[in-house]
Amino acid sequence: MANQKIGAVLVIGGGVAGIQASLDLADSGFKVYLADQAPSIGGVMAQLDKTFPTNDCSMCILSPKLVAAGRHPNITVLTNVEVAGLNGEAGSFEVKLRKLSRYIIEEKCNGCGICAQKCPIEAIDTFNEGLSNRSAIYVEYPQAVPLKYKIDREKCIGCGTCYEVCKAKAITYDQKDSEATLKVGSIILAPGFEVFDAKLKSEYGYGRYPNVVTSIEFERILSASGPYGGLVLRPSDGEIPKKIAFIQCVGSRDYQLGNNYCSAACCMYGMKEAVIAKEHTPPPLNAKIFFMDMRSYGKEFDAYYKRAQGEWGIQFVRSRVAGITEDPKTQNLFVHYVENETPKTEEFEMVVLSVGMQPPKNAEKLAESLGIKLNAYKFCETQAFSPTETSKPGVFVCGAFSGPKDIPESVAQASAAAAKAMEVIASERGTEVAVKEYPPERDVSLEEPRIGVFVCHCGINIGGVVNVPEVVEYARKLPNVVFAEANVYTCSEDTQKLIKEKIMENKLNRVIVASCTPRTHEPLFKETVQEAGLNPYLFEMTNIRDQCSWVHMHDAKEATEKAKDLVRSIVAKAKLLAPLKKPLINVTPVALVIGGGVSGITASLSLADQGFEVHLVEKEPELGGQLRNINYLLEKDSDPKEKLSSLVEAVTKNDKIRVYKNAEVVDVYGFVGNFKSKIKQKNGEEKEVEHGVVIVATGASEYKPSEYLYGKDPRVVTQHELEEKLASGTFEAKTVVMIQCVGARNDERPNCARICCGQAIKNALKIKETRSETEIYVLYKDMRAYGFKEDYYREAAIKGVIFVNYDDERKPQVKAENGKLLASFWEPVLNEQVEIEPDLVVLSAATVPNPDNKKLADMLKVPLTKDGFFLEAHMKLRPVDFATEGVFLCGMAHSPKYIDESIAQACATAARATTILSKKTLEMEGIVANVSEDLCSGCRICEYLCPYGAVEMKDKEGKTVAHVLEALCKGCGACGTACPTKAIIMGHFTTEEILAQVKAALVEVKI
Amino acid sequence: MEKNEPKIACLMCDFVFCQEETHAPRNVKVARVSCIGRIDPVLILEMFEKGIEAVMLVGCKPPDCHYVDGNAQAELTVNILKKLMSLVNVEPERLKLLWHSPTAKKSFNRHLTEFSDKTRKLASLSPKNISADPDFLVNISAAKRVAADFRLRVLLGREKELTESVNVYGEKISFQEFDKLLGEIVQVEFIRQKIHVLTSVKPLSVKALAEKVELKPAVVLNHIVNMRRKNMIAIDHVDGTTPFYKALEVN
Repeated sequence: MANQKIGAVLVIGGGVAGIQASLDLADSGFKVYLADQAPSIGGVMAQLDKTFPTNDCSMCILSPKLVAAGRHPNITVLTNVEVAGLNGEAGSFEVKLRKLSRYIIEEKCNGCGICAQKCPIEAIDTFNEGLSNRSAIYVEYPQAVPLKYKIDREKCIGCGTCYEVCKAKAITYDQKDSEATLKVGSIILAPGFEVFDAKLKSEYGYGRYPNVVTSIEFERILSASGPYGGLVLRPSDGEIPKKIAFIQCVGSRDYQLGNNYCSAACCMYGMKEAVIAKEHTPPPLNAKIFFMDMRSYGKEFDAYYKRAQGEWGIQFVRSRVAGITEDPKTQNLFVHYVENETPKTEEFEMVVLSVGMQPPKNAEKLAESLGIKLNAYKFCETQAFSPTETSKPGVFVCGAFSGPKDIPESVAQASAAAAKAMEVIASERGTEVAVKEYPPERDVSLEEPRIGVFVCHCGINIGGVVNVPEVVEYARKLPNVVFAEANVYTCSEDTQKLIKEKIMENKLNRVIVASCTPRTHEPLFKETVQEAGLNPYLFEMTNIRDQCSWVHMHDAKEATEKAKDLVRSIVAKAKLLAPLKKPLINVTPVALVIGGGVSGITASLSLADQGFEVHLVEKEPELGGQLRNINYLLEKDSDPKEKLSSLVEAVTKNDKIRVYKNAEVVDVYGFVGNFKSKIKQKNGEEKEVEHGVVIVATGASEYKPSEYLYGKDPRVVTQHELEEKLASGTFEAKTVVMIQCVGARNDERPNCARICCGQAIKNALKIKETRSETEIYVLYKDMRAYGFKEDYYREAAIKGVIFVNYDDERKPQVKAENGKLLASFWEPVLNEQVEIEPDLVVLSAATVPNPDNKKLADMLKVPLTKDGFFLEAHMKLRPVDFATEGVFLCGMAHSPKYIDESIAQACATAARATTILSKKTLEMEGIVANVSEDLCSGCRICEYLCPYGAVEMKDKEGKTVAHVLEALCKGCGACGTACPTKAIIMGHFTTEEILAQVKAALVEVKI
Repeated sequence: MEKNEPKIACLMCDFVFCQEETHAPRNVKVARVSCIGRIDPVLILEMFEKGIEAVMLVGCKPPDCHYVDGNAQAELTVNILKKLMSLVNVEPERLKLLWHSPTAKKSFNRHLTEFSDKTRKLASLSPKNISADPDFLVNISAAKRVAADFRLRVLLGREKELTESVNVYGEKISFQEFDKLLGEIVQVEFIRQKIHVLTSVKPLSVKALAEKVELKPAVVLNHIVNMRRKNMIAIDHVDGTTPFYKALEVN
């Protein structure tokens, strides 16, 4: 080897993808440099109001990740940084970076914001998409990481005021741009995307008509921290609109502009924006979405689409809008469109353009300096079987730079890129990182409770309703409270510093944050108190946002009173808090992968390449899963048969991977780091294996239809069967009718099967390739050729494939009469029922979950969706994790998906698994049940009730007593409640603590 | 004093004052200040608010200033004041800055008489006339706040340094460039302060405000957005589809 490999990675781009990749790498023992051109990380997700399909607040779920990246000891965040050049090769790169001046000494700036308050110059606020102004010295947004100000050199007149007012002496006007060279082993590109410039679509009047806004502007409008405080207003006159049109595909699927591709996320975000707009608008809002195809192809997306139509009453019109004109008097807008071949015009008070994604502005420069290839649209070029690999070894890609995609896809791809980056430098794990050390824990057992209360404004989320200063005043007077203070954002990086200072200054031994949900923010605050020398369980949180300011939005007085009640009651509990120990458990550095399809194989290979042992269990006699049914790809960039055999060969040859064919996992016992499972082998023998993680890759299969004479007439086949005919040369037909959504998007299976549109296009093109004279009709509800697949959809149309839209009211019909196969369907352009006589009817059948999922889910104690696919921990930000630690999912076990998507998820599980397998020991949750053996009567009720199998009975001096396996215990408390002799104490939720909390909630303390 | 004689204030720098024997008519109130650079723009606006119809400032002719360059500073102050006066609809010629020295050909009294004559030709700004025009009071009160505003004071205070010497980056800004920027900022601040004054009386909608400040509603909305950012204003209530805004007390 020419060069010594380096155990560090450069991640370029600090959006959600870059952050996820960085966290996975840093948690797996690698040093990470996270570089962004912007002054802070967060990317576009930081600008969004809510996220589909869960309508979670975008900033609320992103902020903990921002903070985690900002404070991770193995991550160095480099902002205002551009890549200037690259030398070296995979494993040992030298990257030249140019750091643009902030005119601020970052180490000194504490983000107090005085400079911005006093700056006399205003500039356009680009974070708010120009809808408001900011100062010439600024941070992008209040939760920005790092929270370091920056001077906008173009706007600054150099008056020197900021220098005068900065208490920290952080301003330096003579700071020059600087260059630095980093040595890293691999590189991940996550520069994101650019929003399409809607002015180029001049017929929509953006830029001329004030009430035509883009979707990203609308996100800011919807945001509570945005320019209008979350109220939807018309930019022309500040009135609340009663009628809004959303226009899809602006800058997407548009070959006049050259943006032929579909931007993949707009259908869903358009719908989401319409839904949220309705929620944010007091008078009834009429929202109408103009779309070409509703591409709600993701997991549970069609269920959202249904709710949008039903519960939320959004109207949908299938039409490409021709143009928009304005009534100059009212500044209302006339939307001109064609529906059912009739030109129509409808008046709206506001129009939102769902703008597409474009490659980042600096894509070409970046590609040139790194020596990577771009595709025809200037996105990063990747291939179906290597979705995170660029054309340069050692340089990987994730997120929208490799093609338009939504957040969960970006996050999965980010973890995948992290796995690939790790593979290159696996030998150097742990060589460049520091171990996080906390100060020794202060013994508070002899101290009187000294409680500190931090009350969060959450921007205006809380402060806009609850009178926060009043709550702080109230808290100060509560018993044992020695300190109370309000913060704009208690979660921000600078507040963590402040909390630590206040703990020290005031000798606090209990800390309370009254803010949002502990679900997202508690770990952050616990870490903060730990950094100040307190046991993390001396921290408590109360939610005065979700459960107070949000639900009592219209009654500020009552909300303030309730916030006081909540604070009073948590203070009463906090008084009784006791420190808890977090058990350390050993990790078996072995993975169990269930399912030997392309996902399972990929995950196994990635882990094995990093040096971990893998048990790969496949139910069938052969590895390969659904990939075995695939003969060619839509993208044509690789031969799936060849890929399959090389993957199988690689697995078979790899001495780290033990393959079990014709085998089944029949029992899983244990917990993260320490699983013991039984694999039932072909010969009926059960083998027990020990492993630290489980990866579920059980796949899915093609639905066997009961519709359209399938199984009754041999001329009706599925897409897979057609593919077989095409591959084996037995295809023969003059007229083919393909029917989409068979067994999908119906009452039984409400969601989209995602891959059938691509299959239909693929097979139609294949037919046209060899028998161009064949007439092909594709009867569809929506052609969901998202991303670059749109190109193939267009190609098929150009080659004469006839696409005919149908809806549930008028489904196609297939019958056999006198030996003839007849297909009839409604032709919306001709406006009449058409009957043809095809030689072959091809059903694009749904993808159905593996029937074994239920059994496996019970075994692993993980949930399934209503549809029977596995349900991940969080649909947006934890796409391949289960809520149960150490258990992951990928591929079609998660939901139907294409090969590249399955591979990305599979690699992602490898990265996520590595965050566990790479550690010798894991620190577990300290909130567990404790048995007082003296009181225990040995009745076994707890053992019977524990849903996690965490209670064991053991002999203690001749007496049978209950024993809790701490690593398995989830701290639910079922045992403690049931124990007839009160022998079980629940850590952090003791009976005394709960009673004190409840009592205080009911009785107001007079102060 | 005749009833319709315009009330004029004359502020004189100590050095001119001591050298001149002024025979000011009764309608001209003369006051002595240390240096004409001492004149606070708020003070001048207050005079107009209280019924003074014209103001003459008299200082030493540059480059002579007994306080180094107070007269130059006064020139910049007057420049801003004239911008504000146009916005308030008070003719800028009601404010005159006169450089005087004992050797000047034209007598000081002559200047005074001429200024008085010119003022007389303008419409009266007597308290009676003023109180009949609610706009005037709103405008002048907004202008006073602008003149007192930190942002403007910073710019005014640094104008000389930035245009004559170099800024913190070592660059020179031309007077014209700076004056243009100043003009824009004065205008923006004036509108915002006017919106603040108007909405402290009662909650108003964007459309109502737009009529009062004679600007497009879109522009007013943008000002409100920025005022909200600075905690100057908040939504009071929503009536149907119309939000009403109320000024917040600025501390």
